[in-house]
Parts: sequence; structure tokens; C-alpha cells
Amino acid sequence: MFGRLTRAALTAAALLASSAAPFAAGAVDLTMYYPVSVGGPLTKVIDGMVADFEKRNPDIKVNAIYAGNYDDTRVKALAALKGGQPVQLSVLFSIDAYDLIEQDAIVPFEDVATTAEDKSWLSSFYPGLMANGVINGKTWGIPFQRSTIVMYYNKTAFREAGLDPDHPPATWTDMIAAAKKLTRTDGSRWGLMIPSTGYAYWMFGALAKENGETLMSADGTRTYFDKPPVVEALQFWRDLAVRDHVMPEGTIEWGTLRQAFVEGKTAMMWHSTGNLTEVRKSAPFDVGVAMLPANRAPGSPTGGGNFYLFKKATPAERAAALKLVRFMTEPERAAEWSIATGYMGVSPAAYETPALKAYVKDFPPAAVARDQLAVSTAELATYQTGRVRKLLDDAIQSALTGAKTPAAALTEAQDQADRLLKPYR
Amino acid sequence: MTRLPGILTVAAWMLALLWLSPLLYALWAAFHPAAFMAHFRPGAPLTLDNIRDAWTQAPFARYILNSVLLVTSVLAAQILLCTLSAYGFARFDFPGRDLLFLLVLVQLMIVPEVLIVENYQTMARLGLVDTIAGMGLPYMASAFGIFLLRQTFKSLPRELDDAARIEGCGALGTLWRVYVPLAKPTLTAFALVSVSHHWNNFLWPLIITNSVSVRPLTVGLALFGAPESGVSWPMISAATLIAILPLVMAFLIFQRQFVQSFLHAGIK
Amino acid sequence: MIGTPSRPTRAVTGWLLVLPATVVLAAFTHLPIVTTLIASLHSRATAIRPARFVGLDNYRSLAADPVFWKVMGNTVAFAFGTVPVSIALALAMALWVNRRIAGRGLLRLAFFLPTMLPMIAAANLWLFFYTPDIGLLDQCLGLAGLSGHNWLGDPSTALPCLMAVTIWKESGFFMIFYLAALQGLSAELREAAMLEGAGPVAYFRRVLFPLLMPTTLFVSINAVLNAFKMVDPLFILTKGGPSNASNLLLYYIYENAFSFNDGATAATLTVVLLGLLAVLAISQFVLLDRRVHYR
Repeated sequence: MFGRLTRAALTAAALLASSAAPFAAGAVDLTMYYPVSVGGPLTKVIDGMVADFEKRNPDIKVNAIYAGNYDDTRVKALAALKGGQPVQLSVLFSIDAYDLIEQDAIVPFEDVATTAEDKSWLSSFYPGLMANGVINGKTWGIPFQRSTIVMYYNKTAFREAGLDPDHPPATWTDMIAAAKKLTRTDGSRWGLMIPSTGYAYWMFGALAKENGETLMSADGTRTYFDKPPVVEALQFWRDLAVRDHVMPEGTIEWGTLRQAFVEGKTAMMWHSTGNLTEVRKSAPFDVGVAMLPANRAPGSPTGGGNFYLFKKATPAERAAALKLVRFMTEPERAAEWSIATGYMGVSPAAYETPALKAYVKDFPPAAVARDQLAVSTAELATYQTGRVRKLLDDAIQSALTGAKTPAAALTEAQDQADRLLKPYR
Repeated sequence: MTRLPGILTVAAWMLALLWLSPLLYALWAAFHPAAFMAHFRPGAPLTLDNIRDAWTQAPFARYILNSVLLVTSVLAAQILLCTLSAYGFARFDFPGRDLLFLLVLVQLMIVPEVLIVENYQTMARLGLVDTIAGMGLPYMASAFGIFLLRQTFKSLPRELDDAARIEGCGALGTLWRVYVPLAKPTLTAFALVSVSHHWNNFLWPLIITNSVSVRPLTVGLALFGAPESGVSWPMISAATLIAILPLVMAFLIFQRQFVQSFLHAGIK
Repeated sequence: MIGTPSRPTRAVTGWLLVLPATVVLAAFTHLPIVTTLIASLHSRATAIRPARFVGLDNYRSLAADPVFWKVMGNTVAFAFGTVPVSIALALAMALWVNRRIAGRGLLRLAFFLPTMLPMIAAANLWLFFYTPDIGLLDQCLGLAGLSGHNWLGDPSTALPCLMAVTIWKESGFFMIFYLAALQGLSAELREAAMLEGAGPVAYFRRVLFPLLMPTTLFVSINAVLNAFKMVDPLFILTKGGPSNASNLLLYYIYENAFSFNDGATAATLTVVLLGLLAVLAISQFVLLDRRVHYR
């Protein structure tokens, strides 16, 4: 028995050793982590893009690891760094920049992108998408899977309710009026759903922006959770359920909302534009996409993931990592990625590629997120982002579930955020 | 044994149906097109697409291999370490034995999951992050196993020792020729508990693994199945069925032995 | 030539036998307990500011943290909600499959199956049950003419939903222990009790239940410890929400350590959990020990 055990242990050890065998010498190995937070078989798309890159750069080997949602991926990448494992770059949350800087984990792109060509590449992106990545005058994050929130709506349901499917509501008042018509009293269809788990603070950033206020200062050291327009925005969100009865009470799950929309359980939903392709593919009805309705102003926060370069890397690895980032954000790649997902083409040049041009012409909703960029704002990002976000998420959820009033919940969150951020001012 | 009254039989079956319902749903969703995911109509078309898609969209074969490696290496180490120390605790007098045994029992309540943060740092120092060894190491000495085997060894008559000694066996020889064969039911029962625990373990593997070549099934499944990644229930169901198949098969094959060994192991 | 080995030799052998396991246990259980204690007395370390000794500051800020108290309350409620039900169901299941009942093998498999499913996979299936409107639960309610409910999005039902999944997952495992105990009892016992004129209820209450007390002790200690360490379903079902309504201690530790990168708070929480587990194990043992009927 022990003989057999020893043999089993030896086999296991041998298998372990072989799986960790190094690649051929001379080549550069890159490891990158990336998240997926919207629908569709996106790991396949990334794998395909990486394979293309390797074909063109035979001396660079890329190990692209899907690590879950944005939080999971940051945890994994940082854990790998701390554990002494090689990670040279990653796609992480655009709002993680402050934390990554505080942890001394990343380097600004200016340190690596030094040629004139590199520099013009750095300025080729939509400025709105750089808002979360540029801190203290340096570029820490390069936009990759970037989004804004858009309003998806069921055109068939619109027609059924006597609404014009080509003129989706553009103001809060119109949205409520439409939602009331769309809501069936027997509970078989809701008018509107705004998700409040996972990324509640993000949705809330849109409501606050539409009510004329941002959630934080540009330097990430102050939050504005208790300003009156912000409190009003949360009251509005809560009222959608309890006053207007067009949205279910309680929190709405981010992950399953797409299914609920596709199943026709809600006529409108707010969600990431990154879901567009999957929604379009799986919905048995005509899908409309609109910019978010305005109250005092139109707008949505940007969202999604940026490329970051990690500090722990040799010069050769950094150069290779930059090469990969440049490849992944080339207009052709950005167009391919946008068509596969619904995420934005990150540069104006992407929308000039034949592929994306043709796609937008055939399917105009694909350009809604880009058009909304003109009125976008940065996503909630501060020092200690994880904790501050959780404070706001908790406040939103306790207001939506009726545990606290919006004012009380937000004042409390603001007090705690102040305490957390004071040392950074 | 008398027959149960009818109403109790019905209650038992109702409960069993309830208990099976998640699996029944998984079977429904996995073998029907996505459109029927939430619509239970008899005569809905059957399909193997979900199974195929799930299998090709994530490296489940690799995950299964990783889980098998994890479970077998943990079990092998546990059986070796626990048998040795249980024998030591059961049959040898040495200074500090009782205190040491008490310290062992501490792990009965404080399992490694509770100490994820510190154990992660230990693994980082040992360079074992993202390895199968790192995933298994904290579990390789099991207080539960030591406790169980010690009880079994203690219940064996001491005369066996003397007989073995007369035959010329040393301590290890006695353990190997006398104790281990007699403790087989206990070892089987312990193996069942250990395998099902580590096959299903999640938190520690989630934290300590980073890459596909190490990730066990549970972590792979959690990543694959996160609804926010847009994978729908038909795919999740298909993946779930793939994930549980090895264990359920093993259980069905060895069911009789498992139940018998539990009876003899004195786990009561 | 063959003699009884001397006492010192046997002592050395004994030490050598227990040494390997002890080293592993010490490295991954005892040592981390000590380092956790030390870490809980230091401030949060960042790349810019290293940790420094802060005494009991972390404990003070924890005591002032409303989320901590919410999480503690949830964890206790979770234990109280799951343990008795799981044990009662486990006993009922064991009694059922121990008797001659139609389809006994299938019943036993049905009860035991959840134990073999990874919680992560099971939670995903349960997520479908709980999803409002399209989920199975709401569909069943719809058939009964009732309106749906936002199960996981309502703070008053989120935690009970997690409890239901846990009870479903664990009862079958505990059933095995009861089953083993029941099959160890002799059949004459029941006949003798019947001859004495005891009905089934009296037989269960006066004979069976006391005889099963050691099993109940073992199972309940396990169940309580498990309840305090429960974490897996949260990753899929609620992530502790809405607004911490279903957050449990180990998940909060994970959040602090890995999402917030706050090792100091995580260590402090771990010390609290360690203390709780120790107190629980000891008090339960002492309490139940007095009432256990040993054969």
C-alpha cells in the first residue's frame, strides 16, 4: 500500500514538475490576467487575439489568464505579484489605478512608451476614456474593454404598449411615463430594471451625473455622497420601485438581469454596453439601445477595464508588454473587440476601420455608447477604492431595500469615506 | 423491521424530490436548448450542444486532472501522516503525549480555511503559490484522521502487538502488518470524507491558485459559471454535470463499500 | 533476542511517529494562529507605509464598525437557523432509509447527493431557483397564483435563502453518521421496547434518541463549526448583500484581506473567529457531555 502511495506521490510530483517546465530560452514570456464581466464567450475572443499577436511576434509568448470579474482579477494579479509570480501586465478595473499606485505595483506608460510613435499612440484614445487612467499627469491605464451604461429596451414591448420604438424616453419624466405603460399589473413584465448588485455605485454614478453632480473629486481624495443632488438621485431610484411601481423592490442582480431582459421580464434595462452583442444575439425580439435619459443633464460614467503595466518586470518584458498593449488597442483589434462584445472602440480611428464602419451602419445601436462619451464622466475612483465603493454600494442597497432613507444612508457613507480618505488629502 | 406508515413514505419521497430538484433542473437545462431554460414543456427538443460548448469553452479536462492530483496527493499524505501519528498516540508512551494530542485536536475546530491570510503568506514565502502542493499542504495532516485512527487503533487488543513482536516485527512492521489491515474500514471511511471534502473545497484553492494548470474544478467552475460573465444556466448546468460526474460515478460504484466502512469505522 | 524494547526507545519511536504530522499541523495551524494574533496588533501595511504596532486599536475600530456587528449577528443567526434543522432532517432521513421503505437505495442516494456536489456548482443552480420572475421558485408561486418575490434582493429573505441551501447541502452528510449509529443498534432493542408496550413515539423518545446522543454530539459540534465557517455560497448567491444583510464572518475576512487589501482588519476578524470557535467547541462539549448516554 505504501509502495503504491509512494508511486502515486512520485507521479504527482513528476506531473507537477512537467507542467511548470520553462519555455524555450531567449524568448520573452508574458503573463497577463484579464476579467470578463459581461455576456458572451469572450475568453475565446481574447485567446484568438493573443494567438494573432504571438503569430506576429514569435519571440513573445503570452499567457493570458481569465480570472473572473474585476474584483477577482485584481485580487489574483496582486496576489501573484506578492507571491513572487511573474505578471507583467493585466487588464484591471479602470478605477483600481489609485490602489495600484498606492501598492507601488504599476508603472506609468510614459516610462516605457518613449519613442515619438509611442507618444502619439498614447494620445490616440478618446479623452473621456483616459479620465480614470491619468493621475497626476501620468498615464497609468490604457483603455481596453471600456463601456458606458446604456438603456436597452424591448421594441416589441414598446409597440405593444403604444409607444414609439424609435423614440425611446430621453428624460427621467418620460422614462417613468413609458415604464408605467410598459409595466403589466399582473407582474409578468416590469417597466424598468437598474441593477443594484455588483456595480451599484456605477449605475448610481449615472443617476448622480444626470442630476448634475459627480460622486468624487478628480484627485480621488474626496467623495460627494451627501450632496443634495446625489441624495435626490438615490431617492429617485428608490421611488421607481415604491412610488411609481415600475421596478421590483429590493436589489436587482447584475449577473442575471440580462437573462431577465431577454426573457421579456423587463421592458427596459440599464446595463453595460459591453453586453450589447450577447443581448442582441439571445433576445427573441427587436432590441433598441438608447443613451441614458437626462434629468438636469445627460450622461453616464465610463466603465470597464484598462491595461496596466506592472513594476516587477525586466526591461525586455516591459517592452514586450507594451508591444502587446499596443497590438490589442490597434484600431483593427479595437474594432474586432467592439463587434464581438459591444464595448467601445477605444479610439476614433477604430470607428474609421471598414469593419466597424460597416457594423455600425448595419446596427446603429453599436455607436450609442460612443456618442454618449461626449457627456460621460469618470467612474467612482478614490484611494482605498475597494472600501469606498463598498460603502456606497451598501448605502445604495440599504436605501433601495428600505432599510434606511437615502439621506441617512448616504450621509453615513460620506462620514465613513471622509474618515478613510482624510490621510490622503 | 416493520413497514413505515404510508404518509411517512410519502413525506420521505417528497423530501427526496426536493433534494434532487437542483440536479433534476441541471439535467433539464443541460440537455435542452437555451430557449427552454426556464420553460418546462414536455417534448422540448433535446440537445448535446450545451455539454459540447461547456466542454470546449473552458479547459474542464485540465481542471478535472488538477482536482484528481490534488485529491490523491492530499489523501496519500493524510493517510501516511495520520496513520503514523495515530499509532504513536495510541500505543506509545512518551513525555508530552497528552499535551501534543490536545494540540492536534485544536485543528478539529480551527481548520485551515480560517487561517487563509497567514497561510497564504507562508505559501508565498515557500514559493508554493499557484502549485498543487501549495493547495494541498495545509490539509496534509488531518486532526480528524488522527483522531479517528487513534480510536480504531486503541480498540484493537494489545495482545496483537505481542504476537507481532514475537514474529520479529518492529514498530513499523507491526503497524503495517497488523494495525493497517485491521483499520481498513476506518481508512476507507476517512478516504470518503477526505475525497469529497477536497473535491468540493473552494475558498483556499480560489486564493492560492492563479493559473489554469493548477486551478481545480471548483474554482474553474466558479469562474466559468459566474452569471455576470454571461454564461447562461444551460451552460452552467452542463458544466456542473461534467464536474460532478467523476465523484457520483465513484460513489455509485463503491456505495456498498462506503456504507459498510462507515458502519465498521465506529463513526457513530 | 526478541525482548520488550526499553521505555526510552519506545518514547523515541513514539516521538518519531507523531513528528511529521505535528510539524505540518504546527506550520499551518498553530504558527498561523500566533502570527494572526501578532498581525492583529499592527496597522495596515501599504507599500508606502509599513505596519507599526498599534496595540488594541484594530479591535477598537472593529467594535465601532457597524458592519462587523451586522456580520456577527448574521453568523449567529445563520448557525441557529441551519444547525437544528439540518440535524433534525438528518435524523429523519436516517430513520427513513434505515427502514424497509419503497426505493430505499434511491432515497439514500437522493439525500446524500448534495454532499457530493461542489457548493459552488450547487449555488449556481440555486441561483436559478431564486432568480425573480424567471426562477423556478417564482414559477411555482405563479402556478399557485401567488406573485413572485425578489428572494436574494430582499434583506429579510437573503440570509434565509442561504440557510436553505446550506441545510440542503449538509443534512445528507450528517445522515450518514446517524445511519451508521442506527445500524449498530440491535433489532431486538426495538422488539423489546414494543413488548414493554412502548409506542413508536415513546420508543424514539425514551430509547432511540438517548442512544443516539453521542452521534448527536458529534454531528452538532461539526454542524456548528461548519456554520461559523460558511462562505462558499456567498461567492455566487449574494456576495454578502444586499447591504451586508447576508454577509458572514469568513466572507467578511476574505473581503477585508483580499478585496480591501487590509490585512490588519482581516487578522483582527480572524482572531475573533478563532476565539468564537474555541469557546463554541469547549462549551458545547461540556454542555452536551453531561447529557450523553455512553454505552
